[in-house]
Amino acid sequence: MDSIKEKIQSKSKETRQEVTGKILSYSAIILIVAVVISIFAFVASKGIATFTQNHASLKDFFLTTDWSPTAVGKDGRPLVGALPMILGSFGVTLLAVLFATPFAIGTALYMTQIASKRGHRLLQIVIELLVGIPSVVYGFIGLSVVVPFVRTHFGGSGYGILSGSFVLFVMVLPTVTSMTEDSLRAVPSYYKSASLALGATEWQTIYKVILRAALPGILTAVVFGMARAFGEALAVQMVIGNATLMPKGLLSASSTLTSVLTMGIGNTVMGTVGNNALWSLALVLLLMSLIFNLLIKWIGRRGRF
Amino acid sequence: MDVGQYDLNDTAIRTFDPKEHELAISTDNLQVFYGDNHAFYDGSLQFERYKITALIGASGSGKSTFLRSLNRMNDGVARVDGQIWYRGLDINSPRINVYEMRKHVGMVFQRPNPFSKSIRENITFALKENGIKKKQQLDQIVEESLKGAALWDEVKDILDRSALALSGGQQQRLCIARAIAMKPDILLMDEPASALDPISTLKVEETMVELKKKYTIIIVTHNMQQASRVSDYTAFFHLGHVIEYDKTKNVFTLPQKKATDDYVSGNFG
Amino acid sequence: MDSKTANKLALLTIKLIAGIVVVILAFLLGRILLQGVPHISWSFLTKPSQEFIAGGGIVYQLFNSFYLLILTLVISFPISLGAGIFLAEYAPKNWFTEVIRMAIEILSSLPSVVVGLFGFLLFVVQLKMGFSILAGAIALTFFNLPLLTRNIEESLNAVSDLQREAGLALGLSKWRTVLKVIIPEALPGIITGIVLGAGRVFGEAAALIYTAGQSASTIDFTNWNPFDAASPLNWSRPAETLAVHIWKINSEGIMPDAAAVSAGTSAVLIIVVLIFNLSARYLGNRLYRKFTAADK
Repeated sequence: MDSIKEKIQSKSKETRQEVTGKILSYSAIILIVAVVISIFAFVASKGIATFTQNHASLKDFFLTTDWSPTAVGKDGRPLVGALPMILGSFGVTLLAVLFATPFAIGTALYMTQIASKRGHRLLQIVIELLVGIPSVVYGFIGLSVVVPFVRTHFGGSGYGILSGSFVLFVMVLPTVTSMTEDSLRAVPSYYKSASLALGATEWQTIYKVILRAALPGILTAVVFGMARAFGEALAVQMVIGNATLMPKGLLSASSTLTSVLTMGIGNTVMGTVGNNALWSLALVLLLMSLIFNLLIKWIGRRGRF
Repeated sequence: MDVGQYDLNDTAIRTFDPKEHELAISTDNLQVFYGDNHAFYDGSLQFERYKITALIGASGSGKSTFLRSLNRMNDGVARVDGQIWYRGLDINSPRINVYEMRKHVGMVFQRPNPFSKSIRENITFALKENGIKKKQQLDQIVEESLKGAALWDEVKDILDRSALALSGGQQQRLCIARAIAMKPDILLMDEPASALDPISTLKVEETMVELKKKYTIIIVTHNMQQASRVSDYTAFFHLGHVIEYDKTKNVFTLPQKKATDDYVSGNFG
Repeated sequence: MDSKTANKLALLTIKLIAGIVVVILAFLLGRILLQGVPHISWSFLTKPSQEFIAGGGIVYQLFNSFYLLILTLVISFPISLGAGIFLAEYAPKNWFTEVIRMAIEILSSLPSVVVGLFGFLLFVVQLKMGFSILAGAIALTFFNLPLLTRNIEESLNAVSDLQREAGLALGLSKWRTVLKVIIPEALPGIITGIVLGAGRVFGEAAALIYTAGQSASTIDFTNWNPFDAASPLNWSRPAETLAVHIWKINSEGIMPDAAAVSAGTSAVLIIVVLIFNLSARYLGNRLYRKFTAADK
């Protein structure tokens, strides 16, 4: 009997290795998917309880400003007006990105269009180091530098949306910059040479050709920055003042979804309306992060030529 | 020149009388699809044992696709229909143990692809995976295969250096040594010399002629001189069809089909 | 203003902006190190922290941070490796893979506070683990998984397909080819990714305050039985890390030298993270050279 023929028709060590490999790699990936699904399931079930079990009004949650979940309003429903926190979160996020975007684009332009190899390398290191600084350290610097600075130069206590935005500005800057740089780098170099050959100045080339071609990428970078700013907890919580009141301006003590969560979860009892209301805030955070994700996907799809 | 002017179904393909010729591997109605793209049509070819068969044709003629289907390297990349007969088995069947099969139908690729391990480990790695552990036996196979690939004299003192330190031609011969260390029946070579300089090419060709004493070799090549120098049989591929298959001498000197004639006289390709 | 002047002005602005970014980093690092390093002393690094009086150290927090990091890597590396291998080597091109990629992307963009709260809810409360190192390590694993998985996938993808073909053509299974040929080749990238991730994990606080907890229980450094409550290796004790310590002091610290302690702790934290970043770069370069260059 032909032993080779026999072997080719039967299972071998390799067949078994292949089964093992598939089982191991599929289990790992399924575990990750399961984690994501359970995060959503757990947070959603807790977050919805405020409205199903404690009968809070969804409309009040998004549109009213009175946040004292343990108290009951005139209609007998718990007071869960989350508008101050929602506004606070959007406020710091938008301002931070507003500050960061021009800096990010400028730095990325410098890195891709102007800098020498060494200059590029230096800025790359700067950006990597900025990414590496832990958020509590940003918070601590915010507390010891930004808050006193805002207090002396803008007035108020120094705690508030403005300080939060300053801190977040530095925190999202590296992310937005490096993603913007990537998208600028992806612009074919003949765009630039063609434009320069036509007699356009460097700035005209940058402004009219390069930035325009990289726009979808830059937008994606900005949305990424927003997602990061919106979800940042401790650094913001340390400088925003933590008052669950409607922000009266950029200088009054306010709060964000994340800051109320970090402060509150430890001080409420699991299962009570006060605790459930916090989970509702977490659910809003989760959904926003989903929305930012979809937005990035959408831009990516629209941006393809 | 319009390469689509020939009747692709007008073919001259030799078959072998099993009484006179021992066959190593053969295909029946082999067809290959990359998604919707029909890359290779209907090839029924027989390959004689201990001979070198060259597959020639222009880029995109389907010769590499055909070759890579023979040891199922196209699994997961393309759909291959039809039968491949080896030792009385259809090795294109899903029931075949491809890993076992590939130990007997080895392959050398277009670009040298040694592992980034030492020269010795490049050869012993797969052997060890197959359960050969004795140092003495391993050393012996290393020497034999390197000699078989005409590399022994150049590397015998530096066996523990990284294979990546070798020149391109040496790396390719190391890959040949690695393949023959498995003692396969059949060696498939996908343009093994296309990335090499002329001197290395010549060395690889000499190696092949030496190797056919023990192995059946099927080689894809762009280089017609190479095909005529080393091969016993030649198959001419054109636009996914095999147009002509015969003794190398006949294909190059007395081509039966116009397409073959035009190709071997250098009118296209 | 003619186009030449506009050009000059615009280019100058761009240079100025890049300069400001460099100054921001220099200021941050300078401030943290200049303020913090003078507070770092042998006794600061080796004494337990104090809640009400001055002169506390950070020895427990320092140990806890490293222990948590190691546990996190021990849990997250095998999972990421499996997932990375799946994505790079086995993933079929269909909706299933799309869903998985989407899930990983979502996980990587989740706010870390939400990840921490989930860990709190599931492990600390439901599974009754209490505030513990293990709960913290699991939360940090969730936080680390997507990055590490993506890094491993990219490192594997960067290995040439020629190497895969070489293994398969010798009759090796795909799994062995990946383990024995592709992973060794991808190792420099993978290690760089692990070390960079380690820096991120080391500085993370939001995912920990409700999982590993905010108190540093007394550790007996002579007791190495992991099942003893006072042992440093015990993973069911609550464990405040350096990052959480900084947050805690600044939110509700009442010791008289709170500012000095946070400055010192921040400096230690930054120094460790910098070491991680620099060694990631160094290791990456060195291993890369070692693996690819011909050793003559």
